[in-house]
Amino acid sequence: MDSAPLTLGQTLRLGLIGLFVFFGIWLLLPTAGLVPPSFLPSPIAVAERVATLTTEPFAGATLPAHIAYSFTRFIAGFALAALIGIPLGLMMGWFRLVDEIVSPIFDGLRFIAPIAWVPFAALWFGTGIGGPVMIIFAGAFPPCVINAYRGARQVDRRLVEAAEMLGTGHFRMIVDILLPASVPSLVAGLRVAAGLGWQSLVGAELIVASTGVGFMMVQAQANVATSTVMAGMVAIGIVGLAIDMALRWTEASIRRHRGLDG
Amino acid sequence: MRGRKAVVGLCAVGGIIILWFALTSWFGIIPAGRFPTPAQFWVALKQIELRGYAGSTLVDHALHSLRLIVISFLVAVGTGIPLGLLMGWNRRAEALINPVFMLIRPIPPLAWIPLAILWLGLGDAAKVMVIWFAAFVPSVINAHAGVRNIDKSVIEAARMLGTPPLRMAGEVIVPASLPMIFTGLRLSLQASWTTLVAAELVGALVGVGFVLNMAQQDIYPAMILVGMLTVGVLGWATTFVLGLVERRVLSWSLQGRG
Repeated sequence: MDSAPLTLGQTLRLGLIGLFVFFGIWLLLPTAGLVPPSFLPSPIAVAERVATLTTEPFAGATLPAHIAYSFTRFIAGFALAALIGIPLGLMMGWFRLVDEIVSPIFDGLRFIAPIAWVPFAALWFGTGIGGPVMIIFAGAFPPCVINAYRGARQVDRRLVEAAEMLGTGHFRMIVDILLPASVPSLVAGLRVAAGLGWQSLVGAELIVASTGVGFMMVQAQANVATSTVMAGMVAIGIVGLAIDMALRWTEASIRRHRGLDG
Repeated sequence: MRGRKAVVGLCAVGGIIILWFALTSWFGIIPAGRFPTPAQFWVALKQIELRGYAGSTLVDHALHSLRLIVISFLVAVGTGIPLGLLMGWNRRAEALINPVFMLIRPIPPLAWIPLAILWLGLGDAAKVMVIWFAAFVPSVINAHAGVRNIDKSVIEAARMLGTPPLRMAGEVIVPASLPMIFTGLRLSLQASWTTLVAAELVGALVGVGFVLNMAQQDIYPAMILVGMLTVGVLGWATTFVLGLVERRVLSWSLQGRG
């Protein structure tokens, strides 16, 4: 904007300087004794902690096992949100009456933060699998509904009219026109939903679970094991990034497929 | 058609309330230990307002949470927007900061809660820190995108007319990126509420999340519902105020769009 685009070399050099300063300060503070390591462990200590946690259990399981617990819950809640949210959103976009009935209720519930469902989730479904799954559902459901709704609304009217003129039945109209036309919007919604669902899961595990990465972090916090807390943050960040990249890849390949189709 | 929409909407909401009465008080299909009856809800609401629950009255809990949201939100936005604008405008600053930002960004704000408690304890400072993380990231991203989406010809025209840098920032860059910035602010506000409620559920001594936490421990469904509705009302109210501010600040752009 203010200057010509940087060359790749310049971008890399500046980026490395930025990272170097960031890790340098992080390394310097605890090793130079400016802050106690129990307050801020150095990046090396955190990396070592991640390595030891792969074999040595903390809070009842190793880090990979905690990740596996968390990921199973995530998949269950996310799948449930997609299976209920997408059809509901499509119906809201397709049938006006459904839209008029559901929208006011949905808009009202949307302002309640997903995490606020934790007490009821624990009361209704317990703290094992059911409770956390419900929290993920509460986080991932709204973006599924909203994007399916938008997708159904954006279907080209000409396609619908052409199909109607050719006497297409209602069922075929939904399967052959509505669904394919709204796929890009659906996948975009799933990406947002996955991000919010993963984040809600972490919150739920901090509060009500007895396994999972979030639970490990709370236990570590109670034991003032700062390096374990930060190892948990690293694990959550990496898994979240992997989920996002997988969906991003799906989105890109669907778009490419569409491009070739058209 | 607006009339029809309002009527159907009101019927839907009315239907839900009747359904609530029917399932809990009249036919007892949902046991009161799972979900409160309307009467229990009313009793819980009167209890927390008149005698207090979890240490103070509902209004005090709500005001405490609201104050934390407003303070942290303003701090996050006040730091996030300038950083985003800087990264959008100055390519060198972007190249320098972006890798570090990308490294921190995938960590959900809620995952900062245990660290915040370790560093700052159970008081307000820890909440401000996690809300700051929640609201900071969307403000940076959208301010950055806002600058990047400005029509190049506008900037070049301003430059050709010899606009000094300060006026360029104040009269061209900031106003042109405001619509995107407000999109970011709405996301930031939502993230702030989620994070605050979670932080108060994990550890707090006052606030709506603490009410939820106590009600959960007491197995008091009516009070859980009171807490949830309070969260909803506060979330709605702050979004509404932000919408008013947006309409006032962006009146020029909305008029332009017709």
